[in-house]
Amino acid sequence: MSGGTFRRHLMSRVMTALVVVLAFTAVLALVLILGNLIAKGASSIDWAFFTKSPVPAGESGGGVANAIVGTAIIVGLAALIGLPVGIGAGLYLAEYGSGRLGFLVRFVADVLNGTPSIVIGIVAWTFLVKPTGRFTALAGSVALAILMIPMLARTTEEMVRLVPHSLREAALALGYPRWRTSLKIVARTALGGIVTGCLVGIARVAGETAPLLFTALGNLNFSLAVNQPMQTLSLQIYVYATGPFDEWHRMAWAAALVLMGLVLILALTARWVTRQRYGSVR
Amino acid sequence: MTTLPLEPVPSPSEETGPSPDPRWQALRGVDRSDRIYQRVLTAFALALPFLILVILGVLLVNALPAVRRFGPGFLWTSTWDPVAEVYGAAPMIFGTLASSFLALLIAVPLALGVAIFLTEFSPRWLRQPVAFLVELLAAIPSVVYGLWGIFVLIPFLRSYVVPPLKAVFGWTPFLQGAFYGNSLLAGGIILAIMIVPYIAAVSREVLLAVPTSQREAALAMGATRWEAVRSAVLPYGRAGLIGAIILGLGRALGETMAVTMVIGNRHDIALSLLQPAYTMAAAIANEFSEATTSMYLSALFEVGLILFVLTVVVNAVARILIWRVARGAAVGSRAL
Repeated sequence: MSGGTFRRHLMSRVMTALVVVLAFTAVLALVLILGNLIAKGASSIDWAFFTKSPVPAGESGGGVANAIVGTAIIVGLAALIGLPVGIGAGLYLAEYGSGRLGFLVRFVADVLNGTPSIVIGIVAWTFLVKPTGRFTALAGSVALAILMIPMLARTTEEMVRLVPHSLREAALALGYPRWRTSLKIVARTALGGIVTGCLVGIARVAGETAPLLFTALGNLNFSLAVNQPMQTLSLQIYVYATGPFDEWHRMAWAAALVLMGLVLILALTARWVTRQRYGSVR
Repeated sequence: MTTLPLEPVPSPSEETGPSPDPRWQALRGVDRSDRIYQRVLTAFALALPFLILVILGVLLVNALPAVRRFGPGFLWTSTWDPVAEVYGAAPMIFGTLASSFLALLIAVPLALGVAIFLTEFSPRWLRQPVAFLVELLAAIPSVVYGLWGIFVLIPFLRSYVVPPLKAVFGWTPFLQGAFYGNSLLAGGIILAIMIVPYIAAVSREVLLAVPTSQREAALAMGATRWEAVRSAVLPYGRAGLIGAIILGLGRALGETMAVTMVIGNRHDIALSLLQPAYTMAAAIANEFSEATTSMYLSALFEVGLILFVLTVVVNAVARILIWRVARGAAVGSRAL
């Protein structure tokens, strides 16, 4: 081997090694974060943690039942508002989106996807909190729904586009009207993918904090009223993590572990649904 | 992908007026239900452009008093004094840009490493798990990153990273002053970890879209594997890769909670990475609820407006670059 060739092959080896190291550094970051969550959070999780509401600062004990229920209510309502619009827009893009409006909607969805969630928060505040002067869980749900819509639209479109055209043609040839073809044949075939998109969307907003700061606000007491301030896990973690007490920090780690578990379950279910339908994707 | 000719074949009823044939009457009913279906879907789709206009409108209207009062000087004034009612956003704009660029500096090599590894070097069985783990980074909530930043990253930086850095590069303006933890450095690192999955996912899609023939041609010419990547694969996907990086930048600019929790939240411009800084998103998160006067509130809305316009422009540029490669696919809008 001549010197030049040797150098080139050495260079190739070195760069390959560098790429491997870089890739595994990224994976290491994840492992570290999840590891810390478990190490610092798991010990504080007991039955009371899930069933009790927070106690006044300084006292020990208490739990985050109010935040868990609040997260479920706020995210559930957000899904109720956001899913129909997002899926509808996605169906539009897949079925009628080849024209100029389709291009515009697709572009706007992608741009909105990158909009800072705090901006969505102050817009929701302007419409839903400022006029009544009261922070409400519902306002938080609306903010989260707005965050969900562009993402859902794009994933729904992508999933519906995967449906083979022969299916659609067969239905149309049998005399099915287009709306029934679209809903009963195309959307139903893509259902697994659409459900995946919904779960991922829900997982994404379940951990959001910024848009809730000025809408749902947070609430240290157990509350089921959607026209009142309500606590979520994310808000609780923020308050506890930035507070001065060790007891709060301990609770913050535990709450973070629970929130992370929730998000992971949603994400893994989403992945599992996709596998069931399409086998291993890519 | 071929699309079905979605315009329906015009039924005779439309062409020749009402037909006496009852079968065509039935079809006319079908036409109507189809039209209703299309209208409903169009209404849902129009919600998106409507939404972006509403956001822009709300920010503009609410920011107007501050825009009128402070004019363009808002962008380069450093005073932020709620008592004297004088506001300038320069420190936040600086902090937003500085933390985001620092994040890119760290995240781009990592993310490109992941993408190149997954598409070029990884054994087949390792691809799925590594891709999944990196994508999981995008599933971690921002506030959890913030918590980790406060209690793990900052103590680690204080004990193991900053002292040696200062020992070697302490003479540069970027490492002046004492390190108390909350700083531009901590914010930049947290942001970097957060945007890696986005840049990696899009870069991977871009590299997957590079035809295999490109690699084969380079290898056939005697290139080593790395030379094939560097001279054939990366140049082919350049526009898309730049798009991916800009997309990551957009994410970093607007990220709120994690940054708020570790960057220190100080209205000041310091070159040193060890000093506290502020970002636009963090300022809104911290001060919006304590903004007692209407001018204070309006100034924060103007900060929001600047942030919104900035991220829209950055995202639009990124999308155009990515679409050129990946033809309108929803690349990167999935977190998982």
